[in-house]
Amino acid sequence: MATQTDTARRQRHLAVLARAGRGLLEDAFALVQPAPRYEVVKPAETGLVMVRGRAGGTGGQFNMGEMTVTRCVVRSEQGVIGVGYIAGRDRRKAELVAVFDALLQDPSRSPQLEREVIAPAEQRRRERQAAIRARAAATRVDFFTVMRGE
Amino acid sequence: MYVAVKGGERAIANAHAWLAEERRGDPDVPELSIAQIREQQRLAVDRVMTEGSLYDPDLAALALKQARGDQVEAIFLLRAYRTTLPRFGSSLPLDTGGMCVRRRVSAIFKDVPGGQVLGPTFDYTHRLLDFALAAEGDPAPAPRADAPLAETLPGVIDVLNREGLIETEAASDNALPPPDLTREPLRFPAARAMRLQNLARGDEGFLLALGYSTQRGYGRNHPFAGEIRYGEVAVSFVPPELGFEIELGDIELTECQMVNQFAGSKNEPPQFTRGYGVSFGHGERKAMSMALVDRALRAAELGEETDSPAQDAEFVLYHSDNVEAQGFVQHLKLPHYVDFQSELNVVRGMRRAAAEAAEAALAEAAE
Repeated sequence: MATQTDTARRQRHLAVLARAGRGLLEDAFALVQPAPRYEVVKPAETGLVMVRGRAGGTGGQFNMGEMTVTRCVVRSEQGVIGVGYIAGRDRRKAELVAVFDALLQDPSRSPQLEREVIAPAEQRRRERQAAIRARAAATRVDFFTVMRGE
Repeated sequence: MYVAVKGGERAIANAHAWLAEERRGDPDVPELSIAQIREQQRLAVDRVMTEGSLYDPDLAALALKQARGDQVEAIFLLRAYRTTLPRFGSSLPLDTGGMCVRRRVSAIFKDVPGGQVLGPTFDYTHRLLDFALAAEGDPAPAPRADAPLAETLPGVIDVLNREGLIETEAASDNALPPPDLTREPLRFPAARAMRLQNLARGDEGFLLALGYSTQRGYGRNHPFAGEIRYGEVAVSFVPPELGFEIELGDIELTECQMVNQFAGSKNEPPQFTRGYGVSFGHGERKAMSMALVDRALRAAELGEETDSPAQDAEFVLYHSDNVEAQGFVQHLKLPHYVDFQSELNVVRGMRRAAAEAAEAALAEAAE
């Protein structure tokens, strides 16, 4: 039975992996030692997820429109199931995410992967978002009041 | 009446070959890549995703290339493509309050927490053609503030509505999933969830005109732009293989909260009412138009008169979809040879009858 913390860790890993570029994952995969072996349980497949919104942002739910999503399920040598679900249609990336999901559940591999894959990917995302917020902040209006007459 | 007609195959094949040549244009001019369209014609891509009702910037860019830049044709291509894919399920409702904001303005409160953030906007440009763009060259990098924006900016209305003078939108999640127009037909009276889905997919031009009509007096509801925000929002989903929610990635989104004229009743104190609009990517004109029409379509439930086109749910919702509309208009180009022959016969008959009657009357008068 997975504990609350296991689930939270896995959620964090999957959120980071889903946003990582395929190149970063491909490079990281090539460097994993010992080279992981895995079998594909459900081959990568592209489908749709209906995106739901809320009226007024906080009210009743409605269907806003769909997005493309690709998923893949693999099993590691140790028999651990890895699941990848990513926005978009990159089947190879979905497979890599599933593989890393399986490997990150292996205590003998996870500290290194956490350091060499998750942390750098998370760092990239933070930097990207910080750059957006810095440019947005530069477009913030500083109001001043013009005194009339006197 | 339609009759199978044979014999156009070669003409059609040749027409399509010519279309491909026309699509490419002058071969001495470099060909556009999908990435170029996705990056440099982004607002066209965003509109195709919104009305195609499918978030995938690369597919929308491909559709635009294939459609030679014709937006409605590209939207049609995207709608057709989605029918080839399985549905994995539905996301959790988006938390637009958690958006990584690029732009957020309010026209009703000057001092909103986080400030008025203009973002990459056409507003305040002079709309003079910039001939510098005719030459190639990269723009100067946009300035960056030392202190970045807060990670999230709370919704303006939720924060500044302490007195409760503006209607609140409360989640009333019952067990029933919201209706889905990709799987069931429009039904009337259409619930707000059905209306919002229809409007989110609806033609921007149609909704813009209807929204404008409410401002000009056809169903006036006195709108203010309470908040417009644009940025990235995380999409969460519960995969059946996992049984817990995970994030699939981010989508870009524009949201408009319109604050409208107040209403009160025996049970409710007077308060401002609201309309809501949303679009994939950066689409403020669409989101604002949608919010105006959403509010107009709430007229009946708010006890207002409903005598204007924008307040007529059947009129609005049955005519908002440009894929359906273009299909029915353009089907007039298809052969109607037999139809028209029968109508020709009818008109000939009417003329003959009229001529005979006139002759008979003349003969009678001559007697």
